[in-house]
Amino acid sequence: MSSSDTLTGRDSPGRPAAPGGSAPEAGTLVADDSRSGRARAALRRRPNLGLGLGLGIATIYLSLIVLIPLAAVVWRSTEDGLGGFWAQVTTPESWSALKLTIGASVIVALVNLVMGTLIAWVLVRDSFPGKRIVEMLIDLPFALPTIVAGLVLLDLYGPGSPLGVNLAYARSGVLVALLFVTLPFVVRTVQPVLLEMDRDMEQAAASLGAGNAMIFRRIILPNLLPAMLSGTALAFSRSMSEFGSTVLISGNLPFKTQVAAVNIFGQIESDNVVGAAAVSTVLLVVALIVLVTMDVLQRWGSRRG
Amino acid sequence: MFRSRFKWGATLAAGALALAGCGGGSGGDSGSGSSGQKVQLSLVAYSTPQEAYEQIIKAFQQTPEGQNITFTKSFGGSGDQSRAVESGLRADVVAFSLEPDMTRLVKAKIVAEDWSKDQYNGMITESVVVIGTRKDNPKGLSTWQDLVKPDVEVITPNPFTSGGARWNVMAAYGAASRKGAAEQDGVDYLNSLFANVPVQDDSARKSLQTFSSGKGDAILAYENEAIFAQQKNVALDYVVPDETILIENPVAVTATSEHPAEAKAFLDFLRTPKAQEIFVKNGYRPTADQVPGADKFSAPSGLFTIKDFGGWSEVAKKFFDPKGSIMADVERKLGVSVEQ
Amino acid sequence: MAKYALRASALIYLLFLLVLPVGVICWKTFADGVGPVVESLSSPSALHAFKVTAQVALFAVLANTLFGVGTAVLLVRHDFPGKRILNALIDLSIAVSPVVVGLALILVYGRFAPVGGWLSERGIDVIFSIPGMVLATIFVSIPLVIRAVAPVLQEIGIEQEQAAWTLGARPWQAFLRVTLPGIRWALAYGVVLALARSLGEYGAVAVVSGRLVDQTQTATLLVEERFQNFDPQTAYATAFAMAVIAVGTLLLINLLRPKEDVQ
Repeated sequence: MSSSDTLTGRDSPGRPAAPGGSAPEAGTLVADDSRSGRARAALRRRPNLGLGLGLGIATIYLSLIVLIPLAAVVWRSTEDGLGGFWAQVTTPESWSALKLTIGASVIVALVNLVMGTLIAWVLVRDSFPGKRIVEMLIDLPFALPTIVAGLVLLDLYGPGSPLGVNLAYARSGVLVALLFVTLPFVVRTVQPVLLEMDRDMEQAAASLGAGNAMIFRRIILPNLLPAMLSGTALAFSRSMSEFGSTVLISGNLPFKTQVAAVNIFGQIESDNVVGAAAVSTVLLVVALIVLVTMDVLQRWGSRRG
Repeated sequence: MFRSRFKWGATLAAGALALAGCGGGSGGDSGSGSSGQKVQLSLVAYSTPQEAYEQIIKAFQQTPEGQNITFTKSFGGSGDQSRAVESGLRADVVAFSLEPDMTRLVKAKIVAEDWSKDQYNGMITESVVVIGTRKDNPKGLSTWQDLVKPDVEVITPNPFTSGGARWNVMAAYGAASRKGAAEQDGVDYLNSLFANVPVQDDSARKSLQTFSSGKGDAILAYENEAIFAQQKNVALDYVVPDETILIENPVAVTATSEHPAEAKAFLDFLRTPKAQEIFVKNGYRPTADQVPGADKFSAPSGLFTIKDFGGWSEVAKKFFDPKGSIMADVERKLGVSVEQ
Repeated sequence: MAKYALRASALIYLLFLLVLPVGVICWKTFADGVGPVVESLSSPSALHAFKVTAQVALFAVLANTLFGVGTAVLLVRHDFPGKRILNALIDLSIAVSPVVVGLALILVYGRFAPVGGWLSERGIDVIFSIPGMVLATIFVSIPLVIRAVAPVLQEIGIEQEQAAWTLGARPWQAFLRVTLPGIRWALAYGVVLALARSLGEYGAVAVVSGRLVDQTQTATLLVEERFQNFDPQTAYATAFAMAVIAVGTLLLINLLRPKEDVQ
């Protein structure tokens, strides 16, 4: 889930092209004097050497930092066999945490689907004083450390809140924290698509008498849908894995407000490696599913585009 | 044009890195075997004496023995910290809430077996379990029986991660079972008490944080923690029940320490009147005699100790074995994790 | 009119979720004036925490920049078996929960784990020490530089480099003089993103740091620890400083964000 996808202002994902897209073929240049002859020979040699070395380094880097550690998590989670794995996942506390996290993430994703699109719409199609500041602030949840966000939300919505509410130790507190950290995702995925959208069809429809709602539903929405869903998937994924911002406001009441990440943290502290690894593996599987979904969505989107 | 900008950027980055590297080099390493005069000791302790130890370390560094010693410190739930040291957290001096967390390290050969063979049995401070309430005690909670009334929420940490929680459990059990004479009464009481506990944090300090942020009507805590809270202007009052347990906190140097002489010097300093006075200022009952300020502590009429239940080795098995014990059953009934 | 309703909904939502929180942090931090804030920020603990944060972030950003540019070139310019797996791994790293990142690193680099044990015998501690925190920070920010640079690399195409090669330039010369300048703004953007992420990381470093006060405590860890220990003044002061840094990086991000009309 590359956040830069949503930040580059591009409607195409930051992924490189499909295989075979832009590999330089050795010897594609045709000038044929001795100097470029040498160069051509160099071309034939070099890509393979550079490729081999670069690939090797990249593989080692990713293996040491990402692949092997994640594999270790999955491996340790099955230390007591699949039965043991399942037992750890279904302990009352962990199961409760997983249910809460998935439920909250679904709610948060849906809210973001609506509000994110709405905000993107307002930012692109509307103008008002202070829009540039709002535009900039949207990225704040990306840049702000999660624990600072948690502290701030605790002050605003916890005991001693100037607004007179107290969402601490309640699920609504968890929801607010998750909504905060997922705010930019849908907005930043939808915005570029909206910006690049061709207004001709809308204008044609309007001149033929279609109302705003119908124009939105029939013309705009279908074009926006892949980006909306893509951003929603990102928001869901982020919400599932969130830790820092929920730690303070939720009070981490087991069965009530403890999210999966906090549950895992507690198990790590208590040295229950298998339990921590098991719940972590569940989260990893969910992340993979979301990744695959996004891949499918992007293909669908680029086919439509 | 780009070249100069690029070079600027590269120079800045390199300079920043160099600064960070230099700055971090001297102070920032989790050092073992640092060369030169300065020796670095690692103190791993339970959660509540953080302020006390920070003050004591400063005082120690004013003495000739402590001049060239710097410290890295770690504070957390007593059980968690003990397990961390067992799993590899480097430590020269360890201070826990209760003896079993030390015994775990003796079994792992990290602490020598004779750690407690001195006149204090290896204990450095004492305290008692108190009942903390909101300011002016609006619900009028002052006895153990008050805590199991309906609509009363009591905050206490998780006894499988926090040392303080274990003391709380034994104090509650001791009071309800009349020092162990009526075991079933005691177990019934524990079940009723924990049914009133909405959240079990992993350390005593965290449970104080929970209480002070508005959750719960009462908190079971060390006396020193209640005093600490009041010093920090938390709106808390506390009652010392007549029946309560004497808390004794062990401290030791590790056998795996790379600076045993310096670690021992620090330990000896902890026994001096100066250090004990700092403990008293932070709410701890001293183990030394005649420490100024110690007369502020009351002596509960029904005070008992862990020996009344057969000592920690018995109690750990009977009450706190995650595989099967009184507390494991209580927690299981509530669905709370007892993994260790 | 629908337009005003939409605008109002969006702005109200943003007010409660974004604007007010930012305001609250200023209010809470400076409730007792500027003096205590400066005092807290210049305390030894805070200074040390900032130093640790800067150290960890710089190493992580440097590593990910080098790796990021190289991998972007690899992914865009070359074709090889396993390319999709590489891509998937890169995307996965940012979707993993920070706590899981910490756990994963402990299981491999902890003192009694396979790699960690081997290193520990040679006197190198990874977990509970700065290198572990650098690893954790690298993990969570791996894709940022790559995904910023790759699209631009793709758009530039290889013609200019090929031209340089035919004129006799060595590959590294062509890279430094032709490729790098072409991607410099995208690279800057990616680096700022990675820096913001590295400075603000909390969950992963919380797991691998071992609660070592004053030692492996980053600014984010300091905020939590001071808050838990009833020292709200230092907690808020540090949080405010982090928020100011965050807003600063926000400005940079917005300045450097690639526009639709590229170069």
